[in-house]
Amino acid sequence: MSIDRRSFLLEASKLIVLTAPAAAAWDYVIAGAAEQAPDYDASAHWWAMIIDVEKCIGCGRCVQACKAENGVPLEPQYFRTWVERYEIDPDDPEHPHVESPNGGYDGFPGPTKPGTKTFFVPKLCNQCADSPCVQVCPVGATFRTPDGVVLVDKEYCLGCRYCVQACPYGCRYIDPRTHTADKCTLCYHRITKGLQTACVEVCPTGARYLGDLKDPRDPIHEFLRTHKVQVLKPQMATHSKTFYNGLDGAVR
Amino acid sequence: MDGMQGFIYPNEAELQWSILIVLYPFITGLVAGAFILASLERVFNVQAVKPTYRLALLTALAFLIVAPLPLQLHLGHPERSFEMYLTPHTTSAMAMFGFVYLWYLMAVLVVEIWLEYRQQIVTSWQRSSGLTRIAYGVLALGSTDISADALRVDDRVGRLVTIVGIPSAFLLHGYVGFIFGSVKANPWWSTPMMPIVFLFSAIVSGVALVMLMYQAMAWYRRVAVDMTCLDTIARYLLYAFLIDLSLELLDLAHRIYEADESFKTLDFMVHTRLFVSQIVVQIVLGTLVPIALLASMRWVSRARVRQVVYAIAGMLTLVGIFAMRWNVVIGGQLFSKSFLGYTTYKLQFATREGLGVSIVLLLLPFLMLGGLVRLLPPWPHEDRANAA
Repeated sequence: MSIDRRSFLLEASKLIVLTAPAAAAWDYVIAGAAEQAPDYDASAHWWAMIIDVEKCIGCGRCVQACKAENGVPLEPQYFRTWVERYEIDPDDPEHPHVESPNGGYDGFPGPTKPGTKTFFVPKLCNQCADSPCVQVCPVGATFRTPDGVVLVDKEYCLGCRYCVQACPYGCRYIDPRTHTADKCTLCYHRITKGLQTACVEVCPTGARYLGDLKDPRDPIHEFLRTHKVQVLKPQMATHSKTFYNGLDGAVR
Repeated sequence: MDGMQGFIYPNEAELQWSILIVLYPFITGLVAGAFILASLERVFNVQAVKPTYRLALLTALAFLIVAPLPLQLHLGHPERSFEMYLTPHTTSAMAMFGFVYLWYLMAVLVVEIWLEYRQQIVTSWQRSSGLTRIAYGVLALGSTDISADALRVDDRVGRLVTIVGIPSAFLLHGYVGFIFGSVKANPWWSTPMMPIVFLFSAIVSGVALVMLMYQAMAWYRRVAVDMTCLDTIARYLLYAFLIDLSLELLDLAHRIYEADESFKTLDFMVHTRLFVSQIVVQIVLGTLVPIALLASMRWVSRARVRQVVYAIAGMLTLVGIFAMRWNVVIGGQLFSKSFLGYTTYKLQFATREGLGVSIVLLLLPFLMLGGLVRLLPPWPHEDRANAA
């Protein structure tokens, strides 16, 4: 193939003209990307969480650690993670008594009613693969990272609150300081540096486990193979990546 | 916390969508309904409602201009709302609002009003002087040809715009219903019936509003009400109401009979926290009573009585439809998504999303309508006759 001077110059000038906006656009894309460690390859991970209900003792350390690590407002209506206590009367399983005083931040008071089935259920963003909150955001300020974490761009969020309405699990709130949506980030600033999430880090009984489904050596595969796990509200078909071991059918 | 009952997820303690989001479907519903009434004359040739044609268009415009204000005031970052135009997220039901709104405002309503009024704008421009002349000159957009041929073209294009406008009005409000109906996390909202229920309640409210405005304008101008026109509008209101009621009853019957996992929670809510606004105001006072009043008027021969009853029925209708919007928006947030508890909405007065702002937002379209009626009188022939 031969190229004459005229078409060479034409193509070359086109290339130069197109490269400048492409470079500017790329800068923009990079600027909008989630905070990452320099050698972290987001496409090589797919994060998931295991919650072992049998192990949770309701101490609230995870709630405290989360609020401290992520600067979550201390008022009792803002939580990235919280713990619920269920008390189920075996004769009336349809009407469980549930409470979560201050999200379980200070632990739980007093003994439960004798003769009831009692357990704790830690909750956090389910990092759904098909998340309704991402779907409804009118400007795409809520997005899913390539490694499967749902994040909010605070510089872009309108504060319309549609995502809060769309989350079936009550995991979102509006940060009163920024007037934008906020939620569990799976401690993205930590896990991209090879660290654990704050809640996993402090749990004294190992009730929480952060796993990487793309890492074949991760023990999460063994756990999922050998345990009967459930997700919350499976009928919502959100492809939740927070798996519960030993979850009672009464939990919502 | 105060006003809570049972268990709600901790983050649910804060109610997300306030009375401003109640106003949004209420106002857009009035727009769609008023426009559909106007279209009756234009497209379906219902001559009897002709006296309200222009008034209905101006009413729709006045309310449409105000429609985005409650949304803007509600946003945590109103200054970023323009991003919805620049970077709309294609999977979001809400992202399309700006486009649907602009389409309806600029491609339908403004064009139709301009075509309808062009002759009048040009004659006013020719007859006036000073600032008024400049104003009409701007409104004429340089198009001053009012020959019979030109007006024929206006009429034909206007008709076309109305034909495009009817599905657009359906789209505008059906879409508002979809924003709620597509939230699968919320069983009170999540139903494919929502867009169509919203649409028919919109028609009901818009027709009732134009009916009231027509009577109010006649009273203000001290001219006689055209009873054939009023009776016809009232009849359409009744028909729309019957369809609306049937749809809502179908939805209700479906919910009761299916009785899915959310049913007991929602049923309890309707019998307690929503009892007054849903059962008493929306269903009894705002639906059954106006339907009974409107239906009974065919046996009343005295025009004066019919007028008064229509006015009462119209006002009850507006209250009822407002209550319907309230029950959807606020009601959908009073129960926990855990179905184990309930919360309360505390309406404040002097806050950004309070009652005071809402009242102002509801009065604003009427002020605008007043201005529009002065600028573009919907009854030129009679006024000229009076002035002569």
